[in-house]
Amino acid sequence: MTVSENSGKQAQRKAAMAVLAHSEPAEISGRLDAITLPPHENLREPENGLVMVRGRIGGDGAPFNLGEATVSRAAVRLATGEIGFGYTLGRDGAKARMIALCDAMVQSDQFAGLIETKVIAPLRAAMAAKRNRKSAEAAATRVDFYTLVRGEG
Amino acid sequence: MTTFAELPAGFADKVLSAQSTFRSVMDAMARPGSVQRIAALSGTPDPMMRGTAAIALTLFDHDTPVWLDVRMSETSHVAKWLKFHTSTPVIADSSISSFALIGDPKNLPALDRFAFGSNEYPDRSTTLILQVESLTEGPAFELRGPGIDGTAILRALLQPHDLFEQLAINVTLFPRGIDVVLVHDDAIVAIPRTTRPSARGG
Repeated sequence: MTVSENSGKQAQRKAAMAVLAHSEPAEISGRLDAITLPPHENLREPENGLVMVRGRIGGDGAPFNLGEATVSRAAVRLATGEIGFGYTLGRDGAKARMIALCDAMVQSDQFAGLIETKVIAPLRAAMAAKRNRKSAEAAATRVDFYTLVRGEG
Repeated sequence: MTTFAELPAGFADKVLSAQSTFRSVMDAMARPGSVQRIAALSGTPDPMMRGTAAIALTLFDHDTPVWLDVRMSETSHVAKWLKFHTSTPVIADSSISSFALIGDPKNLPALDRFAFGSNEYPDRSTTLILQVESLTEGPAFELRGPGIDGTAILRALLQPHDLFEQLAINVTLFPRGIDVVLVHDDAIVAIPRTTRPSARGG
């Protein structure tokens, strides 16, 4: 596999992960139920753990430990050998497993198209719509302040 | 792309499997010479036996450096599997390892190549996990020591043949020493450093 092909796949997986991690578990499972899933097994059963979240004041201060956050992770292998990994904030192991399954399918040439059109694209659209609606709602309450220039004469 | 078809799965039920395996190992250590069974099921990378894999998933973590013998490190399957499921560091220096996995006990290195612990910290020793041919048939050995009422009899096909003679160093080293877990398929027998094994006449 060439480097560019590899990084293209990587970008695709990254983009899928960004959508899946922010989607509701019920929405992902609804979309996954609608397609025929390839045979797969749990390589790493879903498990919960903690990660240290680090922060910087103002974005350029010295890094400090903000606190710990729970994360769930899982790894799934398709019968064809692709291994997918899923990480998500919170304790929802089932969601981590679904993300891992989607990640494995994104890597498989046979299922990448299917998962992109049937699962990830609709979720991405829903996420964008929700974001737009929220910013529209916020924009409606915007107040513009004018400073009146005091005339000299 | 991450495709390793050779990477077997871990425990299906992490918590309960690890607990039941821990219990088996603890019982084996408490009653040296008794054959304990490991019920937990997991994937096993070649050439690991079921018992060895379950012990690895239960006892190994990032704080326990593990040394692999030549047979175990023939391919990278075992090291990769250990790294993925237990995040244990696999090291080349056996003298600082917490565990040593021995797939080919015939070529077991001299025991002084492993850690004996120190008088202050005798627990910092290497626990040998040896895969043997049988724990039910073969020559009989007599075991004495704490955890054994009188003597216990162990029938086993052991490699190397003089394993128990080599373990005699535990007498003089005490409290330092080497603990051994013998594994055959899903059966395990522990020979902790306080046990005095000897070949039974005949």
